Amino acid sequence: MKDDDPQSGPSNPTRRAFLVTTGGTAAATVIAAYVPAHASITAEQSDAAAATAPSIEDAVPITLRINGKDHQLRVDPRTTLLDCIRETVALTGTKKGCDHGQCGACTVHVNGRRVNSCLSLALMHDGEEITTIEGLGTPDALHPMQAAFVARDGYQCGYCTSGQIMSAVALLKEPCGPDDAAVKELMSGNICRCGAYPNIVAAIQQVRKDT
Amino acid sequence: MHTFKFIRPQDSAAAVAAAARAKTAQQGADVRFVAGGTTLLDLMKLNVETPERVLDINRLPLDKIEAAPDGGLKIGATVRNSDLAHHPIVQRDYSVLSQAILNGASAQLRNMATTAGNLLQRTRCAYFRDTAMPCNKREPGTGCPAITGSNRTLAILGTSEHCIATNPSDMCVAMAALEATIHVQGPKGPRAVLIGDFHLLPGNTPDRETVLEPGDLITHVTLPPPIAGSKQVYLKLRDRASYEFALASAAVVITVASGNVTRARIALGGVGTKPWRSHEAEAALAGHPANHANFRKAAEAALRNAKPQSENGFKIELARRCLTHALQMAATG
Repeated sequence: MKDDDPQSGPSNPTRRAFLVTTGGTAAATVIAAYVPAHASITAEQSDAAAATAPSIEDAVPITLRINGKDHQLRVDPRTTLLDCIRETVALTGTKKGCDHGQCGACTVHVNGRRVNSCLSLALMHDGEEITTIEGLGTPDALHPMQAAFVARDGYQCGYCTSGQIMSAVALLKEPCGPDDAAVKELMSGNICRCGAYPNIVAAIQQVRKDT
Repeated sequence: MHTFKFIRPQDSAAAVAAAARAKTAQQGADVRFVAGGTTLLDLMKLNVETPERVLDINRLPLDKIEAAPDGGLKIGATVRNSDLAHHPIVQRDYSVLSQAILNGASAQLRNMATTAGNLLQRTRCAYFRDTAMPCNKREPGTGCPAITGSNRTLAILGTSEHCIATNPSDMCVAMAALEATIHVQGPKGPRAVLIGDFHLLPGNTPDRETVLEPGDLITHVTLPPPIAGSKQVYLKLRDRASYEFALASAAVVITVASGNVTRARIALGGVGTKPWRSHEAEAALAGHPANHANFRKAAEAALRNAKPQSENGFKIELARRCLTHALQMAATG
């Protein structure tokens, strides 16, 4: 679940570090050029990195409270909440799919409600409570929804999964009828190209039944 | 995305003053308010919107739903669509509005999108969204490639030779049937605009979509007191079951007494260049028996002036059936 495991090392590589160090030459170059600082840093280290990063013209200071931790940042006003979470704070569990609010891969919670982080500016969320997939559970103590997605095989490639799970967890607190059709309607903002929908619905219904 | 200055006005007066310096409040505006951001950010990423200043109104006290003195409802500009749709008074007295909102977008987007933002939602016309293409709405005078191009989802009512873009909103269609009033605070003070007068037909100036002028801030919307005994239905037809814009939709608020329609308010979505109130359908129904034949007559009246494009002729019959069915649902519900 967590790409940026502080325990990551040669004997325990994260997926991201693995891709960067073992990809083909061209791919590795591209990835390294794109996320040079983020390939192996942790969220905790990102604040230090941000402090020493080259100054951004017209950057605005904000405090983003993500998964219970305050991050003092300076961001270009154009930075979306999604890009800020992924690129600045280096929490890469939240995914960028369409970047236009059409796929749901970027779903996070703001003050407990699910939103598309790609269609929101980071600056609009100064001081608000943000929860990402990294804040739900840990590999050793999964959130019940994460456990249900594993148990019910609610994914194939996994790219949409963090968004699906963030949506599913928010759904538990929303008005939603008991049947599968109601769950499908409220999950329609999360697209899965692999077509894992039946198992996603099954995972959500299992958690609703168990809680 | 172009660079911009991000400003958070301290109050509505400061927001109005900061926006009043804009050259226009229409397409090409150099100052934009941002609330949910679901339309604005989307279009800024496409460089369709290129504001130099973005004024964040999310922390202004415009997020309340309150009873209005006249017995109606006052809905703040930044009330999220999900909060509006689930509000107990809306569900009880204005259910067509709740139905319309819950038929639009996704749960995430409804948590972001606001009352005022939805009023200003922009068309989904692919040519408008693509800066490589001509578009009279985006760049006046460049032409409308939709008329000879891909127009399956575009409008059949209210079009002009310069623009056939559909207004995509569901919320506005319900508000048209509920005869909402939009309250605006501007540089010259507050004013109220009936929703039927708020959106403009494209005509020769498709870049002008509303009556808003620089500095105008929508502060709230009011709904008239509920109509006792009215039946309300929003029916939306689209290419997939959820999370899609309407090909045709109908909002109906009708009152039936002794088998006769005593009052009808009808609006159509997905077919007009603005949220389409149909006075013709209402007149065809009022005072007549509430039966299928009359519902069909009302639907035919609503679409009488429809003008099909090369790919969207099917929408005329689709909209007729949509309205007929919505009226049938309301009358029997």
